[in-house]
Amino acid sequence: MSIMEYNGAAIVAMKGRDCVAIAADRRFGVQAQTVSTNFQKIFEMGDRLYIGLPGLATDVQTVSQRLHFRKNMYELRENRKIKPKTFMSMVSNLLYERRFGPYFVEPVIAGLDPKTFEPYIASMDLIGCPMITDDFVVSGTCSEQMYGMCESLWEPNMEPDDLFETISQALLNSVDRDAVSGWGAVVHIIEKDKVTTKELRGRMD
Amino acid sequence: MTSVLSHINQEESHYAPKQAYFNPYEQNGGTVLAVAGEDFSVIASDTRLSQGFSIHTRDLPKTYKLTSSTVLGACGFHGDVLTLTKILQARLKMYEHEHNKKMSTTAVAAMLSTMLYSRRFFPFYVYNIVAGLDDEGKGCVFSFDPVGSYERETYRAGGSASAMLQPLLDNQIGFKNQQGVTKTPLSQEKAVKLVKDVFISAAERDIYTGDAIVLNLITKDGVKVETFPLRRD
Repeated sequence: MSIMEYNGAAIVAMKGRDCVAIAADRRFGVQAQTVSTNFQKIFEMGDRLYIGLPGLATDVQTVSQRLHFRKNMYELRENRKIKPKTFMSMVSNLLYERRFGPYFVEPVIAGLDPKTFEPYIASMDLIGCPMITDDFVVSGTCSEQMYGMCESLWEPNMEPDDLFETISQALLNSVDRDAVSGWGAVVHIIEKDKVTTKELRGRMD
Repeated sequence: MTSVLSHINQEESHYAPKQAYFNPYEQNGGTVLAVAGEDFSVIASDTRLSQGFSIHTRDLPKTYKLTSSTVLGACGFHGDVLTLTKILQARLKMYEHEHNKKMSTTAVAAMLSTMLYSRRFFPFYVYNIVAGLDDEGKGCVFSFDPVGSYERETYRAGGSASAMLQPLLDNQIGFKNQQGVTKTPLSQEKAVKLVKDVFISAAERDIYTGDAIVLNLITKDGVKVETFPLRRD
């Protein structure tokens, strides 16, 4: 079995009208055994900037800590908030430094530009090859299911309430067809002047 | 003397036996999808037949009409699909001659299960879905694994894009993860619309699904076939 499927995870991000959403499941397991149901996979990297890290749980925590450090150093040196696009390059660089002995995470980035509030989403493979899209990105053990859901449910220019419903339905129905992800979810809706965080209870089995 | 011996040993190692491999299976892609309603059922498939990164043909439906009220959807290894459908058609004809009636959908499903299990240790690499009407005239769908495990369901996706289609069917037909909704029975029009929608989505992301949909609508009046184009890239 692939090391990417060892712990199990599902993360998705979507663009809306002047807003973005990012959602993840909450399961931490070791293959078929569920160990905890409140594992953090999405990390706040700024006022309107979040990163989701699906993959090997030990690398999820290491990468999130190293990214925090690098982002803080950048903001101290530059004396300004990091842009989502710059942060994406920082993640890509960190992962590519381990080109031949990679961290087993495939990140999803979602945020608004700190000055222009332009929505931004991107995903990446485990060695840092980025993919920037203008609809949605998915990553994790049930990415096929999430592609199917997002491709049918997503539409352009959704308002925050609509975006919340769409991303939640996309995630919950996807994880219900995957044995190693699920057990509740967390959704962040990022708008210009507020971030709404909601916890979802899906099928707990 | 020793030099002659060492020469012989070298010769022997040079002609060491080589294992030749033969892989009896291929993956030819394709997706099938079936939905059962109150008094009808819908079974659809795409029409692409591929192998690796190439497309063999854009015009090969993976649904096979077995009787006036039973349609089989089969994909996986096309060689096995051909053999399996040929044997199935023969068995159906034998049954018809022996019993002077067509086989019911439920009986077709039970027979298919035993046919698949008879090849338990060299299976037909085929994902089957049988759709039709049961003895009471209600819509029915049976889904199978390649060795004959089967189950009656109200909706099922099979084949290369099944993982993309199934969660959406759970949501839209099974009303999963929805609260406070009235679970209205599925109408023919909604079933057909939904089938088209999910295939369009699958064709966006699955390279083994595309070209066209062939949709079979099974009612007491027989089977109505409809085709609908999909993206061809």
